[in-house]
Amino acid sequence: MMHLLSTADLNKDDAISLLDLSDEMAGVNERGLRKLPSLRGKTVVNLFFEDSTRTRVSFEIAAKRLSADLINFSAKGSSVSKGESLKDTAQTLAAGGVDVFVIRHSASGAALSLAERGWTDVPVVNAGDGTHEHPTQALLDAMTMRERLHGLGATRGKDLSGVKVAIVGDIAHSRVARSNIQLLKTLGAEVHLIGPATLLPSGFDNTHTDLDEALTKIKPDVVMMLRIQLERMQSAFFPSAGEYSRFWGLTEERFARLSDDVVIMHPGPMNRGLEIASLVADSRNSAIVRQVANGISVRMAVLYNLVSQERQINE
Amino acid sequence: MSDFVLAKATLPDDRVVDIKVVDGLIAEIGNGLSATEVIDCTGLRALPGFVDLHTHLREPGFEQSETVLTGSQSAAVGGYTAVHAMANTQPVADNAAVVEQVFTLGQKAGYVDVFPIGAVTKNLDGTQLAELGSMHASSAAVKVFSDDGKCVSDPLLMRRAMQYVAAFDGVIAQHAQEPRLTEGAQMNAGEISAKLGLAGWPAVAEESIIARDVLLAKSLDARLHICHLSTAGSVEIIRWAKSQGIKVTAEVTPHHLLLTDDLAESYDPVYKVNPPLRTKVDVQALREALVDGTIDIVATDHAPHPSEAKDCEWAAAAFGMVGLESAASVAQLVLVDSGKSNWARLAEVMSHAPARIAGDETHGREITVGEPANLTLIDPSVSRAIEKQTSSKSQNNPYAGLHLPGAVKHTIFGGYFTVRDFELAEQGRH
Amino acid sequence: MNSRTVLSSDDISRAITRISHEILEANHGTEDLVILGIPTRGVVLAERIAEVIRRNGNALPADFLGRLDITMYRDDLDRKPSREVTPTDIPAGGLDDKVVVLVDDVLNSGRTVRAALDALREYGRPRAVRLAVLIDRGHRELPIRADFVGKNLPTNREEKIRVHLSSIDGDDSVRIEQ
Repeated sequence: MMHLLSTADLNKDDAISLLDLSDEMAGVNERGLRKLPSLRGKTVVNLFFEDSTRTRVSFEIAAKRLSADLINFSAKGSSVSKGESLKDTAQTLAAGGVDVFVIRHSASGAALSLAERGWTDVPVVNAGDGTHEHPTQALLDAMTMRERLHGLGATRGKDLSGVKVAIVGDIAHSRVARSNIQLLKTLGAEVHLIGPATLLPSGFDNTHTDLDEALTKIKPDVVMMLRIQLERMQSAFFPSAGEYSRFWGLTEERFARLSDDVVIMHPGPMNRGLEIASLVADSRNSAIVRQVANGISVRMAVLYNLVSQERQINE
Repeated sequence: MSDFVLAKATLPDDRVVDIKVVDGLIAEIGNGLSATEVIDCTGLRALPGFVDLHTHLREPGFEQSETVLTGSQSAAVGGYTAVHAMANTQPVADNAAVVEQVFTLGQKAGYVDVFPIGAVTKNLDGTQLAELGSMHASSAAVKVFSDDGKCVSDPLLMRRAMQYVAAFDGVIAQHAQEPRLTEGAQMNAGEISAKLGLAGWPAVAEESIIARDVLLAKSLDARLHICHLSTAGSVEIIRWAKSQGIKVTAEVTPHHLLLTDDLAESYDPVYKVNPPLRTKVDVQALREALVDGTIDIVATDHAPHPSEAKDCEWAAAAFGMVGLESAASVAQLVLVDSGKSNWARLAEVMSHAPARIAGDETHGREITVGEPANLTLIDPSVSRAIEKQTSSKSQNNPYAGLHLPGAVKHTIFGGYFTVRDFELAEQGRH
Repeated sequence: MNSRTVLSSDDISRAITRISHEILEANHGTEDLVILGIPTRGVVLAERIAEVIRRNGNALPADFLGRLDITMYRDDLDRKPSREVTPTDIPAGGLDDKVVVLVDDVLNSGRTVRAALDALREYGRPRAVRLAVLIDRGHRELPIRADFVGKNLPTNREEKIRVHLSSIDGDDSVRIEQ
């Protein structure tokens, strides 16, 4: 693959292969030196038009562990705030010699535009475009689920067939949800979407508005809580934080009714006490911290893959 | 002025005749006519020159996209002899001075008659009526008023405006879009927008305004025109309104007759338009409505934009598509080649009806002796691969690469060939 | 395309036997010995070497055979066709203070071995690292030499060496193609 723009572009073999490679990268991260020479001499640019310390740092660590040179571009205070377009920003940076663009942007489709409109011919990794997709997040989520459900060290070649995943929250505006839904289906999982009717997108299967009823009926293996943005209250998507938390928050009571081995996940950053109770986030069922570590392994695997495939496509 | 004969042209009613033009008027219709020049029109369909009730010429203020001259040229290539220019220029056409300026620019260009449309509200801000009477009394003689680009969403203002212009048989052309339901909207609200993560523009935002306005028209017994109808639901409301004797007319654009929202999957902003491309169901309903008369006219909503406004990510791109030069082909596809209707209906929706709605007296006339020679001759047998670049200054052309039927061979503006043998004349009529 | 066989099945067998004895001789027995095959064919060769050593009645620690995947440690990622990364298996006793013998089928530029040395550092600090190869082609780009060689095959760059081992390729042979 020349770019990683959307999890819809990954078939089952591609996805499992990438996850297996991520497991190997995790091995490198856990052992001694945490350094591979694979991207030595290559320049990776973090093209971040939206604020994001977590994802940006994760990509930075990943690039550096592969010995790449990393440039951080952030929109604030740059020529973009003076009105320079995405096209011109990308071309200016590419002129200096760039081997991979990692882009985060507030406009859905921005990553695809950068990859395919002919502005540059650099491989592109989508680090989150508007409310559209966040493919590396879905990959690290799938990696985490494999570990938890098949066991560390026993994940190679495995998919998520038959695994029941409940995603709860503002699905309509969530790029994490969109990428996850596609990838999980590709890996054979059964995905359920739960939230207030105003935040569920149209045209998706398995949607539910009653969290308690849904959890009882589905008995999920994995519950993924999404961050709720309080600004949605202003556009009347739900009346108050209190009401949201009461009906769709993962409280201790709801958590107690889930199976003993349920895996609790959250892409972060969390609103403790709003969509997820503190105790639940810190419980032994929670894989939230592991998700962050896996993010680095996944991003190393993605960068490794893009650079190793690039030459083949050009040849 | 010269005299010439268009020989063996086929009229909308399928009669094959010679049309003799002398001094800009149709002098004779018959067979075997002679003149200084006899032009063979065998196989060509002769139609009254098209009238576009909805065009954006961008001048004054946005000359990087289009000027009255280049827009007029593009219109002529498309078979038009008259266009109505929308008011969202800079400055806005909300007073006599600006409309007269645009009218004069059109005359100087000399390719089509440019009839400016006046804004309904000052500066298009939706709070105060513009100088509707003065614009009507000016040399531009404005009769159609529209805030197009924006909706006249205040019901009181809409009511007052409709009442006010009724006095001189004017009409308000509404851009139906409830602003509160479409804040930040990027494309049709539906499964595709949900998948692409683009904010949706729901059909009900158009339908609710139309429903309100037809009831206002009924209560006032006033005329109403609805711009760029785009949904099946809107068609139903218009159908009901007409059945009630409400004096409403409606237009549809060529792109809403042909293109659907799945084209947005490429995130190519050439498909970004307001109102947005909708679903197959909507396209089907609009086509049926154009055939059965629920929709009265085809209007292009030709909306040119410079490349930097479209060569970017979707959310940053401007709304709009060019359309003057492919309108006739789309109309031919939907009305004639489909077998659902005929050339007479095409002449009605592209020329007679828009002229009637706007009160144009020199365009949209029947092809009969004594009428001005505003004509277009189409070769219906040609199939064109549409090029991106047209005579417009802008290239935001969603039809690029598509194959469409028919091509305009000649356009005659008051007896003057603005287009001859598929080529644009180098100068306008003077 | 011309192809000639330079090692037959018997030749390969003899070479492996000889290498195995040389390894034992140099190490004065099997103490602290760890044999790591480099995928894909190095792994098969390592297994055969281990088999010879065992057959000769030499006592061996329970776990002395493993595999070392070096794909991720290459620094020429964009110049070579991408290979899938397979798991690495280091014997339970680890590598600290061991004598590690890396086994590969062909020694060419030396880049594979260089990557293997980088990979080894992840898993421990061997006392010594030795290299056993079936074929030494000779086109070295780095100052690396093999300690145990099945056959020296000077070739020119355009020639290709094809090593076949029965468990992977169906037969045992080494051919040169040009």
